[in-house]
Amino acid sequence: MARTVIPFGPQHPVLPEPIHLSLVVEDEKVVEALPTLGYVHRGLEMLAVKRDYNQMIQIVERVCGICSMIHSLCYCQGIEEMMGIQAPRRARMLRVVWSELHRLHSHLLWLGLFADSFGFESLFMQLWKIRERIMDVNESTTGNRVIVSVNVIGGVRADLDEAQIRWIKDTLIEVEASIRSLQSTIMNDATVCKRTRGIGVLTQQAAYDLGAAGPMLRGSGVAQDMRQLKYAGFDELNFEPVVETAGDCWARSTVRFRESLQSIDLVRQALDKLEPGDLAVKVKGKPEGEVITRVEQPRGECLYYLKGNGTNNLERVRIRTPTFANIPPLAAILPGLDFADVPVVVLSIDPCISCTER
Amino acid sequence: MTINATTIAPAQLLAEATRLKNEGFRFVTMSSVELDQTNMEILYHFDRDLVLTNLRVPVEKGGKLPSLSGLLFGAFLVENEIRDQFAITFDGLVLDYQGKLYSETAQTAASSPFCKYHVKAEPSPAPDSQTSNQEGK
Repeated sequence: MARTVIPFGPQHPVLPEPIHLSLVVEDEKVVEALPTLGYVHRGLEMLAVKRDYNQMIQIVERVCGICSMIHSLCYCQGIEEMMGIQAPRRARMLRVVWSELHRLHSHLLWLGLFADSFGFESLFMQLWKIRERIMDVNESTTGNRVIVSVNVIGGVRADLDEAQIRWIKDTLIEVEASIRSLQSTIMNDATVCKRTRGIGVLTQQAAYDLGAAGPMLRGSGVAQDMRQLKYAGFDELNFEPVVETAGDCWARSTVRFRESLQSIDLVRQALDKLEPGDLAVKVKGKPEGEVITRVEQPRGECLYYLKGNGTNNLERVRIRTPTFANIPPLAAILPGLDFADVPVVVLSIDPCISCTER
Repeated sequence: MTINATTIAPAQLLAEATRLKNEGFRFVTMSSVELDQTNMEILYHFDRDLVLTNLRVPVEKGGKLPSLSGLLFGAFLVENEIRDQFAITFDGLVLDYQGKLYSETAQTAASSPFCKYHVKAEPSPAPDSQTSNQEGK
């Protein structure tokens, strides 16, 4: 049978960001897939040698808008480790609050996009309507909806007063009820299951061997989440990774759905443990040496390698984002799929291309 | 402060990566680090049970290393990126973008903002060859 090469992307209705896949198909079956990047490469790592280490916070926040807070958290933790300082307890708990709010709105955004990818428009709109409540919390507590810019070296720059804490808790009650009302639709609806169950299966062994990260890894049955490293305030919170075993699009979707509810629980736990205290410690000296630091972003494990030389400029900032890790597994599971399933499977990794290319 | 990393020679890399894979380590990524005008090192990061094990492999700029992509398919993307940005080539790369992972020709790459490209374009008969020998930095 003759083979045909079909271009998928960089502009495609299901892709929020540009990535190109050259799909080789025989009839309706994909037999090869070659990803091409480069549409949003900005060279942000290189800016580390041109900007001082404090300015780099604003730069790493712009690696990715949707998980900007967690990028700066990872970076600040790395610099703090290098300089031998630790953020105060209140700051570490506040970091948990905002990072879990980021995970929550990222997962709601993705769940909506995923519903849209198989034509479930009303579910998409419902999920994004719920997400707006979280964006309101971000805006009210930090001044910004997306790039909240709360992290500084040594702590955070924003605080929550009692009235704000009560309002966040009240909002989360409503958000949780709204999310739970969609649970049976997201997990059991016949339309959803038909387009997601048994599609794009990544086995547990393959996920591990291919270096998958985040819900892509946990949806295949590997219980690994960087929050188990107990960074920020996670050492004081009850946390277990959410795991599904089917390894298909449904499993990845279900992991994100359950993690949304888990994030609400973690925000509540962190708010309950907030005690009066400083927001930041004073920073003295310049970063020197090298560290590796890891955090869990909505899309999975994010690794920063930082190298300082005792000056204002770092010698190297290396960022490995989760989508970068999930592209090889994606390229591995596409062959064998029906062409019509490709958009759903591509979206199931929650691709963040601005993160990937930096 | 320094990270815990074992320094090995390039010739030992494949054997060491095979050993780590067989012992249940997951390949995380690689980091390229410039040391001076002529020397670099590549850090290979592996994880098992949330603990990182790192290999440090020294290499000259423009040098060559064995590719891990045949053993660990997930390495192909980062190896192509390192080739794009630091001109290190990898022997046995299973998906080789020939230095164009980010879709740029050497000519346009040389003028990209903020990119640390060290690849000099091949002499070209094209009319814009005057700009093709710029070294982007």
